Amino acid sequence: MMENMLFGRYVPAESLLHRMDPRSKLLIIFFFVCIIFIANNGITYAFIAIYTFIMLTMSRIPARFLYKGLKPVIWLVIFTFLLQLFFTQQGTLLYRLGPVKIYEEGLKQGLFISLRFLFLILMTSLLTLTTTPIEITDGLESLLNPLKKVRFPVHEMALMMSIALRFIPTLMEETDKIMKAQMARGVEFSSGPLKERIKAVVPLLIPLFVSAFKRAEELAVAMEARGYRGGEGRTKYRQLSWKTADSLQLLVLIALTVLLMLFRS
Amino acid sequence: MKKNPIVSLDHVSFQYEGHEQYALNNVTFDIYEGEWLAIVGHNGSGKSTMAKLLNGLQFPQQGEITVCGIPLNETSIWDIRRRIGMVFQNPDNQFVGTTVEDDVAFGLENYGVPREEMVQRVQDSLHKVKMDQLLHQEPHHLSGGQKQRVAIAGVMALRPSIIILDEATSMLDPRGRAEVLDSIRTLKSEKSLTVISITHDLEEAAKADRIIVMNKGKVFQEGTPDVIFAMDEQLIQLGLDIPFSVKMAKALGKQGIKLSKYYLSEEELVTELWTYRSHM
Ligand SMILES: Nc1ncnc2c1ncn2[C@@H]1O[C@H](COP(=O)(O)OP(=O)(O)O)[C@@H](O)[C@H]1O
Ligand SMILES: [Mg+2]
Repeated sequence: MMENMLFGRYVPAESLLHRMDPRSKLLIIFFFVCIIFIANNGITYAFIAIYTFIMLTMSRIPARFLYKGLKPVIWLVIFTFLLQLFFTQQGTLLYRLGPVKIYEEGLKQGLFISLRFLFLILMTSLLTLTTTPIEITDGLESLLNPLKKVRFPVHEMALMMSIALRFIPTLMEETDKIMKAQMARGVEFSSGPLKERIKAVVPLLIPLFVSAFKRAEELAVAMEARGYRGGEGRTKYRQLSWKTADSLQLLVLIALTVLLMLFRS
Repeated sequence: MKKNPIVSLDHVSFQYEGHEQYALNNVTFDIYEGEWLAIVGHNGSGKSTMAKLLNGLQFPQQGEITVCGIPLNETSIWDIRRRIGMVFQNPDNQFVGTTVEDDVAFGLENYGVPREEMVQRVQDSLHKVKMDQLLHQEPHHLSGGQKQRVAIAGVMALRPSIIILDEATSMLDPRGRAEVLDSIRTLKSEKSLTVISITHDLEEAAKADRIIVMNKGKVFQEGTPDVIFAMDEQLIQLGLDIPFSVKMAKALGKQGIKLSKYYLSEEELVTELWTYRSHM
């Protein structure tokens, strides 16, 4: 459960997007987030919509997974739409019911802003749906590599992320075990007044922390015993390979940018 | 057996910071090339501390340690860690990689082994511990025994001369334990590997070439399993329990039934007993 919240849900499938280099996917998302702000009229939004739709289809991710990703934020999208709809008072008046007035500009702004929001969410969740967390880590490490020159600890951050990913399932299992052990002693986690439930979490957290520290210490010793001494002089086993498809995808995005520039008003 | 010392400890003492007692107190002994050495002793007798000293995770306050002819010091530890592999007790807390192959590659990455060679070595060492089918598996889908075998593969990928097992089988079920020990035996027979096995399991120690008994930071006794198990009362006083088959053999001896050798594994004991009359 926590794994999903933190890192999106990777859905394995055979698709072009799944096979792409995580670096190109990260770059695409980054540029997409920027160029979406170029769109400002019906036709440019249509371009963005078509692009998003093509990417979604290409990913071969079943719609229900996209829907699951959208569910927690869909209310925010609707709320943004309503806010714009009721509070923008420009353009011709379209509809009036008592004090409620809806203007043309309000409808337009509401639609645009909520659509922008929607496309952003879809595209970013597409990244986590088609890329394993460790691939994202590798991609980030590789893209941020130039920052090493300014002493930014790129290797350490990537290692930290990968160890976190490695230990999340282990700690989840452990949480579960401790919870069961405490429940067997009569602790209630899921019912009773809020104050009691918060109190019940304490005997869960303390053993969990103690064990996590112990694990960290032992892991550090094991890593050292296997010759770990920082990122310098290390080679990498996991390899990223930039393929033609990656370059083409970036080209498509550049083409989209040009179109947006030409057709924006 | 050849008697070339591959590791020697010369009057080694070590004390943890802030502790009055020495964790290791004036310890001197050699470990010979190609032998299987078992180290036994009660909890806190200094076994793990000794293992940590051997590959430079801690440094002795007094005494000298030599590994493969190299004196151990701050500058030689990286070279020495490559020659001494260590497998620890907890299967989870030494698994660094997100998948089996990544974990085996971790040590190779640290030593800057080129990628093509890494791929080859990862394959080879996983094959040796029969884990090559699970190359892409994540650790939480593996059993304890499987994780320990991956740890062994990770160590073997660096082609060490010595492997230290610090209670590496103590958290495993009997099957996992057998799998791990089988892997080590296979590796030892293929390469000229020196095995140092720190263990609580005297059944396992009984199969070693030599046993060292530790007590309160000192070497209490060393010798072949026969010699060590002959001091049974003393072992019990040191908080160690001798294996059932040894107790049985002793009890039989008291009844006048003399067996061919002093120490026998359980199977050997059974065989000896059911063929006993035909030997008479
Ligand atoms: N990290 C540590 N810090 C302080 N004292 C330690 C540490 N590890 C072990 N000791 C102490 O050193 C002694 C030997 O411990 P250890 O080598 O772990 O024994 P063994 O592995 O035989 O059970 C014990 O008294 C223990 O309390
Ligand atoms: Mg120990």
